[in-house]
Amino acid sequence: MNPLDRYESLVDDVDAFRAACDRALPSVVRTNGIAATPARVREAFDESGVAYEQADWHDGLFRLPDGNPGGNWPYVHGWTHGQEEVSVLPTLALDPRPGERVWDACAAPGSKTTQIADAMDDEGTVVANDNNLGRLSALRHNAERLGITNAVVTNQDARNFSTKPLAFDEFDRALVDAPCSCEGTCRKNPDVLDEWTLDHVHAVAGIQKGVLARAVQATRPGGVVVYSTCTFAPEENEAVLDHVLANEDCELVEFDLPLDTDPGVTEWEGETYDESVTRARRIYPHRNDTGGFFCAKLRVGGAAGDDAATDGEGVGA
Amino acid sequence: MSDDVAEAGAEAPTNDGQRFDRLPETPADREVEGRASRAEVLDWWNERFGIDPDVFAEYSFWEKGAGKIWVFNGAATDPSEVEAIGMTFLRTRQEHWKPTGRAVSRFGRRATENVIELDPAQAARFAAGEDQDLPEWDGDWGYLIATHEVAGESVPIGVGLYLYDELRSVVPKGSRADLPVVE
Repeated sequence: MNPLDRYESLVDDVDAFRAACDRALPSVVRTNGIAATPARVREAFDESGVAYEQADWHDGLFRLPDGNPGGNWPYVHGWTHGQEEVSVLPTLALDPRPGERVWDACAAPGSKTTQIADAMDDEGTVVANDNNLGRLSALRHNAERLGITNAVVTNQDARNFSTKPLAFDEFDRALVDAPCSCEGTCRKNPDVLDEWTLDHVHAVAGIQKGVLARAVQATRPGGVVVYSTCTFAPEENEAVLDHVLANEDCELVEFDLPLDTDPGVTEWEGETYDESVTRARRIYPHRNDTGGFFCAKLRVGGAAGDDAATDGEGVGA
Repeated sequence: MSDDVAEAGAEAPTNDGQRFDRLPETPADREVEGRASRAEVLDWWNERFGIDPDVFAEYSFWEKGAGKIWVFNGAATDPSEVEAIGMTFLRTRQEHWKPTGRAVSRFGRRATENVIELDPAQAARFAAGEDQDLPEWDGDWGYLIATHEVAGESVPIGVGLYLYDELRSVVPKGSRADLPVVE
């Protein structure tokens, strides 16, 4: 079966949803602010005749209609990094600040780690963890190419992550960009639809619950945890949030994203979820002509001297 | 070198290539034979490339592997069980220390000495990993920072080794790129 069939009941315009999922996405690069400004990248593209279109919702994102994101000087100099547009969203929601302690629980190959380090002005500590050593080598390559000096790379199972090797025992913010069924990436890689199975959905949902629970535990009271996936499956999204809300001291908070989004769903195939999961954001491909995505922002409970989840309200491009 | 190690005796700590150890502040603080000190590392960048030690005031330096120095801007106490901290920075424990291309890309724009500016065609050849004759260079031999102009500013490309009128590109294979010449 095509797994997209099962999500038709969730979207308002089925034809537009299916048509968008069938269209290929352009190559996109994100500006690495540690090395260059969007204006410098634009000048360098202009000088070397690279065609581009700047995203209207984020001035650091450039769509490259001719592809080949690595075949130009800005890439060689570490000014740009190939990254799908929606993949930029979780770091915007996380909103990390210079000097903070941030955990990227499922970090490889490092697109979000390097975006987090950039948002931190390369100051503070970002701990980039992944359980897959091979994928960690890609992360290290990307982090070095982009000139990131504030990352610690660890190779642990995030579900029982130990802070013992670190200089601190809790984080200000944590990102769980979880391994998932990935139907949202079908515009880049249609094979994900052929490889999809319901057994995998259920298996990976268990891992997602374990990682998100550990992220809440490892984050200080008042801190922020962002949960994101590139699947439409409620089993891997709202159901995971519902489980962690019931078992850990945390709450979902409202947040803005600079794209058109839909609320999380409270019912799916006979299951009902906590009403607050409507604060999570679903990004359907037909809304903004992007990949599919899911993103939720949690505030960790307990007495907090400094509430990272609500300060600044600075979620934007 | 091997004699020095032997004379250091069984009591002295030795370099464990599998874990990160912080560099001693000065040569006088050195406990592990052959390990570069922070002061020597900063002096080297200052003497070789004219980069002020203040640039690195907030960074810590670590050795993992035989002479591979890493630069780190985060918090660490005992990172012996991690895969990486910061980025690779400098190769020591050899006669001529060699900066990494990544370090040059990250910090090289502050260099004032031993910087060789390449024209568009030379820059493209350099990025592709090709060696080239450049007899017009009348500066030092050894490791240089190769730069070129991008949109009006000089930008480091990587590390070159200058010997006998020739600039050898030491851009690692995985980082080489075939780029059009941008006039």
